[in-house]
Amino acid sequence: MTEPFLSITGLSAVSDRENGAPILRDVSLRLERGEVRGLVGESGAGKSTIAKALLGILPRTVRVTGGAIRFEGQDLLTLKPKQLSDIMGSEISLIPQDPQTALNPGRRVESQLTDGLRMRRGLSRQAAHDKALKLLEEVHIRDPERVLKAYPHELSGGMRQRVLIAAAFALEPKLVVADEPTTALDVTVQKQILRLIRGMQKTHGTGMIFVTHDLGVVAQICDTVTLLYAGKVIEAGPTAQVLATPKHAYTKALLAAGPRYDRPTAGLEPVPQAIFDQLRAEMGIM
Amino acid sequence: MAEDLLVAKGIEVTYGGGGLFGSRGHKVLHGVDLSIKRGETIGIVGESGSGKTTFGRALLRLVNTSAGTIHFDGMDITHLPDEQMRPLRRRMQMIFQDPMASLNPRHSIRRILVEPLLFHRVASNAADAEARVMSILDRFTLPKIVLDRNPHELSGGQRQRIGIARAALLEPDFVLADEIVSGLDVSTQAQVLNLLKDLSRELGLALAFISHDLSVIRAVCDRVCVMRFGKVVEEGPCEQVFAAPQSGYTRALLDAIPLPEIDPEWLDRETLAEPSS
Amino acid sequence: MRKSLKAALSEPKVVLAGGFILLLLIAAVFAPWLAPKDPLEQDLMLGTLPPTGYEGTEPGYWLGTDDLGRDVLSRLIHGSRTALIVAFVAAGLAALLGTMLGLLAGWYRGWVDVVISRLVDIWMAFPPVLLSILLVAVLGSGVHSVIAAIVIIDWTRFCRVVRSETMAQAQMDYVTAAQTIGFPKARILFSEILPNVAPVIVALLSLEMGIAVIVEAILSFVGLSVSSDTPTWGGMIAQGRAIIYQGWWVLVAPLVLLFLTVLAFNQLGDGLRRALDPMMRR
Repeated sequence: MTEPFLSITGLSAVSDRENGAPILRDVSLRLERGEVRGLVGESGAGKSTIAKALLGILPRTVRVTGGAIRFEGQDLLTLKPKQLSDIMGSEISLIPQDPQTALNPGRRVESQLTDGLRMRRGLSRQAAHDKALKLLEEVHIRDPERVLKAYPHELSGGMRQRVLIAAAFALEPKLVVADEPTTALDVTVQKQILRLIRGMQKTHGTGMIFVTHDLGVVAQICDTVTLLYAGKVIEAGPTAQVLATPKHAYTKALLAAGPRYDRPTAGLEPVPQAIFDQLRAEMGIM
Repeated sequence: MAEDLLVAKGIEVTYGGGGLFGSRGHKVLHGVDLSIKRGETIGIVGESGSGKTTFGRALLRLVNTSAGTIHFDGMDITHLPDEQMRPLRRRMQMIFQDPMASLNPRHSIRRILVEPLLFHRVASNAADAEARVMSILDRFTLPKIVLDRNPHELSGGQRQRIGIARAALLEPDFVLADEIVSGLDVSTQAQVLNLLKDLSRELGLALAFISHDLSVIRAVCDRVCVMRFGKVVEEGPCEQVFAAPQSGYTRALLDAIPLPEIDPEWLDRETLAEPSS
Repeated sequence: MRKSLKAALSEPKVVLAGGFILLLLIAAVFAPWLAPKDPLEQDLMLGTLPPTGYEGTEPGYWLGTDDLGRDVLSRLIHGSRTALIVAFVAAGLAALLGTMLGLLAGWYRGWVDVVISRLVDIWMAFPPVLLSILLVAVLGSGVHSVIAAIVIIDWTRFCRVVRSETMAQAQMDYVTAAQTIGFPKARILFSEILPNVAPVIVALLSLEMGIAVIVEAILSFVGLSVSSDTPTWGGMIAQGRAIIYQGWWVLVAPLVLLFLTVLAFNQLGDGLRRALDPMMRR
């Protein structure tokens, strides 16, 4: 079998802040070029930790105790800081969760969008400007010249998220990590942004790790999904299969717990305590 | 047919404005009407900027209205002074979105739950108050040791149950629940919603349930009121509104919700809300 | 309350700085018994004796003597009385006045806020050193005037911070929750908001004590504090400056003690602020 584009094998990590409590337990997953994989789970599942590990921005309090992250034949965990920083932002980029804080409030959109193009790709000021304009058009911003000159606070949440998506794709990365990119948005805006992210990903053929807590979002934009609980992979597979015929009791219970507007009698079944007990027993935690 | 408990007519709220320089201010509610019957749960849904939170706070007289009237149990409370409002406060309670922010971080859970009971003389003495608190903890499956804890020592789900307990202990007639599950995980959310449903049935509560999530509203409400830009765009029984939404905006809201099942067309389906007038 | 105390005592800064201040306090209270000599007793035969360890010392004069033959250590110990009285009383009163006005302005808003805030603005436009010298000149020198000067000038420090902190707390949902219960406004202010503003006040109070010690030293340095027959650190510094070439220790000893005291108050404030924050505690 050929080595996939991205593979995580046996990744384990502990938190020094919580007396060495495990936060990732032997996590493995793979991603092919052009595939969108959802990382889904409730709070404390470890989905964000995996995203941070991919981006090389794990907090100091998190210590990796084993495993490897292989990206195009290199193990990201053993790279020197210099090599890592060459890859980050350039080969691997991030669409962040909170469009309010992800942009520097004191700088215009243009300078933030062209930083990477000029420093990483050596584009001239004019070339970077033209490229930025094209990117903003690509994310369906109607008046790109005006937006380039604007400060972040002059834009709506949805617009800011569009700018951040443009920035994530600016250097033609091979992998984009989207960390709950629509959680802070209104539902109608969320749909537009999801459509945009999926469209950009398809056009550029980018591989994508999409972190979310919403199984509905997973269903609509992920090809494959990995469901986590307390740092452990509970179930993984093609999205259609996992959602239609879930194997693990926890997956089934999660699907039953979420209310649905189209089924007034469905939902509102809390995940039974027995399932949590079973999960804890499987992991050997009490 | 049950009688109307809370009736709001033509509510307008303007922020800023007035003051020393007589600025015009910013109107966030443009004449909202709503009536809530005893024992009824009504959902108020909208996106950011819809004014749903402001409207909820206006119903409880927590923000000043610049026009319109609010009647509670037949009494006009629109401009009732604080002292006369006080006895009514017990009967109109609120549950908050962020239980961490809504529980005083410096007070023990005991103090948070007991003080209101003594203040409104719902409990005749400290022992009675303690007994009432104990029984509700039991009912909400919260361990007794939480009483001596401070809010930050509890889990999110526990805190939210304390928030509900605080409101329920006062035996109110009306409860406003403002986005109370948006910070919770799905598995915890179901517990909290069920608790609230049982409670409202038992106490015959009139419940106004503010949420941005139509799925949650469908699960707990009898009626729904859809707001946009400070106005009501659609209002009616849930069966009716969810089955055949009249307003384009309601349709757009519904269609924007991703369901956990494969729908290859969903992403490209465009349901445009008509622009507001 | 007990939780707060426990948290405070587990913060090394609080223990160290607090311990130092406690020692100083003991020295101040029991000065007549602890001081080895009479701080006022002059003996020209024993003038400018160096501290123990240097050549030409006299037993019993650990930190040497000044040009009039007075024991430096004893004068430091007695000087701590004035320093600490001013620190505690002046900072305490400034905190009380500033906190009250700040709470009222931040909670009741409206004209109360307008009046108090304008007063603070006007107050802060006066140059503080000039104002304090002017005040002491008008009130006459003495501990009371020094305290009055510090309170009158520095209440604004508390007022501004407490006002903005109160306004921030007033936005929190726990305050709205108290309103929905129907608690009267004054009760919400004192039993809901004040406990959450308290850590800021405590930290500021500790800083202010350090400032008060410095201000007292400055005023006694320029001779505007207590009468010259009471030993003060500022007075000793002024005296030491004049004879720096004959006896450097007369200048250095009070300077070091002043420095350590102010540092201790600042560190204590910082430590308390951290220890008393319920979110950061754990």
